[in-house]
Formats: sequence, C-alpha cells, structure tokens
Amino acid sequence: MRLLNASGCLDALTAPEVARSLDAFVTKTVTPLPREGNAPVRIVETEAGMLNSIGLANPGREEFLRQTLPRLARLGMPIWVSVGGFSAAEYAATCAAIDGCDGVAAVELNLSCPNVDDAPETAAEIVATCREATELPLYAKLSPATWDIAEVARAVEAAGADGLSLVNTIRGLALDQQHLRPVLATATGGYSGPALKPIALACVYACRRATDLPIVGMGGVFSGRDALELVAAGANDVALGTVLFADPGSPGRIRQELEAELSLLGVATLDDAIGMAHTTPTLDERSRVGKA
Amino acid sequence: MPRLEARRVAGSEPVGPYTLLRVERGGLEPGEPGQFFMLQPPGRVLPRPMSLCFAPPGELAFLIDPIGPGTRALCALQPGEELAVFGPLGHGFRTEVARPLLVGGGIGIAPLPYLAETLPGAPVVVGFRSDRHAEAAALLPGAEVVVEPIYVTELIEPGQDVLACGPEPMLEAIRRIAPDAQLAWEAPMACGYGACFGCVVEIDGALKRLCVEGPVLQRVSTLNGSRAA
Repeated sequence: MRLLNASGCLDALTAPEVARSLDAFVTKTVTPLPREGNAPVRIVETEAGMLNSIGLANPGREEFLRQTLPRLARLGMPIWVSVGGFSAAEYAATCAAIDGCDGVAAVELNLSCPNVDDAPETAAEIVATCREATELPLYAKLSPATWDIAEVARAVEAAGADGLSLVNTIRGLALDQQHLRPVLATATGGYSGPALKPIALACVYACRRATDLPIVGMGGVFSGRDALELVAAGANDVALGTVLFADPGSPGRIRQELEAELSLLGVATLDDAIGMAHTTPTLDERSRVGKA
Repeated sequence: MPRLEARRVAGSEPVGPYTLLRVERGGLEPGEPGQFFMLQPPGRVLPRPMSLCFAPPGELAFLIDPIGPGTRALCALQPGEELAVFGPLGHGFRTEVARPLLVGGGIGIAPLPYLAETLPGAPVVVGFRSDRHAEAAALLPGAEVVVEPIYVTELIEPGQDVLACGPEPMLEAIRRIAPDAQLAWEAPMACGYGACFGCVVEIDGALKRLCVEGPVLQRVSTLNGSRAA
C-alpha cells in the first residue's frame, strides 16, 4: 500500500518535507488556462468535516510545465499530475503535454470537482480521449455523488482507465450563525473530513466488487484504522486529505498506527488486508458482529 | 518547518471577555511577534490560527475570543489537558523601525504584548468596543486606551511607524493615514502552512495565501471578507 495526498491538500513546493513523507505526490489540478480560483471565503469547518471552495486555483498548463513540474521533479519522488478541463479535448491536451516529462508517474483525471462546471462529456468519454493521448497510467477520480458508482467504474475501465481514485468531495452548504447566509462566497463547497469516510467506504466497496482496477481510497482518513478500513473495503493505496491540514505529520503517524492495527488483527502485511471486507464470516464471527 | 506537538495547558484565565490560554512551551520556539500558531481545539476537525500573545518562561500564551465552536473549545481547556500546537508560522512584524507605535483593536491586541517586549518603551494605543472588552488592556501596562465612539486612528501622529493588528475596518482606516504601516491581517485558515489555499486574500491584485505571505503585510493593497468561526 502506498500513502499519497489527495489532490489539492498539499503544496509540495511550500512543504517539501511533508510531501517526502508520502510515497507519491499528487499535484493540485492543472487546467489548460490559469485559474485564480474562487473568491474568499473559501473554507469553513462544519460539525464533522469541512467545506472548501478553492475552485481549481492553478497557474495553468504552460506555467505548470515550465515552472512547477521541473521543481516538483527535483523532489525525487513519483509525481501524479491531477488533470482537469472543461471538455474531453482539454483533458487530453494536458495528458499529451505531460507525457514523457521528468518525474511524472501517473495522471489522475479530476472528473468530479464539485466547485466548477463539468465537462459536457461523460467520465468514460473523457477517459477514452485521454487514453489516446498518453501512455501514462490513468486514474479516474470519481464523485461519490452518483447513484451507481460501480457502473461509472466499469465504464471508465472499459474506456481504458488503469485505476480509480475514490472519492472526491461531495457538495455541501454551511450557513453562518448570525444571518443564516452561506458562509462560502460560492455558497456551496466540497465536503470532506470524517463525515466523508462512510461514503468513501461504500464507494470503494462497490467498485471493488465491480472491477479489478487498482483503487486509491480517500475520504476522511484521520487514523491508521481509517486507512485500514479503506484497504479492507478494497483500496490498494490510500490518500490523505483534510487530515494533512490539521496534522502535517499525519503520514508518519498513520503508518505507525497501521502497523499497530495490523498486529492487533494478526495480519502480516497490509496487502493481505486488501478486500477483507468482502470475505465471508464464519458462523462464530457472525454471531459476534455488531455486539461490540 | 516546525513540528506539530502535543502540549499541556499550564493555565487559563479570563481577561475581560477573552481567555488567556497558557500552554507549556517544551521545545517550541516562540518565533517573532506577529507570527502565529495553529491550536487544535478538542473535538474539532481543524486547528485555529492564533498569534502569540506573550512568551512567559517555559510557556506560550494566547489570547482567545470565544466566538465560535473552535475558539469556545480552546477557551474551555483546563490546566493539565493536552492540545496539539503547531508553529510558529508565517511572517511577523519587522521591528527595526525608528518611531514605533503599536496599535491594537479588540481581540487584535493579541500579538501586542509580545511585540511590546521586543520594542520596550514604544507607545501603545488600543481601542475597544466596550468597557468590558477594554479590561483586556491590562495585558498592556501603560497603553493608551480608547473605547468607541473614539477610534485609535485619532491618536496616530504623522511620521510614526505603525505596527497594528485589529478588525479590517480599523486596518483599512490606519492604512489611509499611515500607508507604510505594518498590518497583521486575519483570514479563515485550515492548515497554516500553505497546503489548503483557503486563506487567500487579495494582495496587489492577486489572490495569495495569507499564511505564506503574511499575516503581517506592509504596503500592499489588501482586501478580503474574513469571518472566523
């Protein structure tokens, strides 16, 4: 299992030591043109998580290729480039542009940002167009806000995806205490943090049953136990999001906690725990479930 | 970059409507005046940015206004309880100035006691919205205190090097009469170390991260609606 950051939850150039504590660094989403992002207020904490409305702030493809990517490559770690766009052709053009660049290990297609308008094409159509543009491993990052995520997973697999990133944030709204108006300047934002964990688990669980694609699981991971649960649901790798804001040392801490969880479980390696949630309980185990 | 560390609460005392939270310093550096720390309120998802109020021996002290669930949880901490502390972060005040004048408004007086230690003898002007809030001026012996409807801007003289922290309207008013003032701004912040891009403010026409560029800024056009929780 590799530990990554969720896209947009870490700036490796501002905090390289945090990036280096991960197995791969996932960039903020790169769009063809520069985007200043949304006006403040951009973040707000809620009862069980936080909302963000950053709006894909990024320097744009040309500047990313000229300035950002060469500096990221000097970190000497695998770089996953998160690619965004407003049409399949825009996604594909960025994929083609980064293909062969130093340090780039994979592409994550951001097919599900809740804070900007969607491309008109389906996720599968975007994946298919990008597939023709690059040999790099293509991970499709899917939204949990879909009725049947397993169907989307099968469709992007058929279109040539090499893996799934599950899940993006889910749209939410917070109102201020005094005036009951939206706190965020864009009204709604992407909901992340502990509240997202059961949703992420359900998506990973459903997609593991639907495909054999490798899955990067993410959503509300704050502890080793959280990471272990995503792995048990079917994730091969795990990404950290909101927890990086609260605890920049969380990658090391979560690795330690995972070790402890594994020995409690009596499982030798984390790979042995992948998909455990899909195994059939014995009669004795079944009689104990839910009684803790 | 500093490390996040668990620290015990050494004490917690009311100061007017605010709370002075003192935590054991351990190996943490106090940093320069105007820098801030992220303090993790128990039971909340995100830490809260707080500038250092002063640094008594072996301790770090923070002045906190209980205005939302996070700040209320910090104010409710009892001696002996632990919290995660991360800092010092950001850029503080530049103290090599000829004629310093320290100006604070409301909870914005928070970084001034530590700043005043660094600039002994510098005059201090603080303003509050009520007599009850003005009780916090006890943290700044010798400070000139005004209460609304009198504003701190009425006490700033030309040629003074203003170092200020306070509500945005106050900072904007100071900037109009003292364009070179060093101003400590505030914005909602999830991480404090440049990861979340949540704390952007408009700096010279572009949205930039306050935690990286500030929180103390000088001679920039800054405007932003900030609402702390």
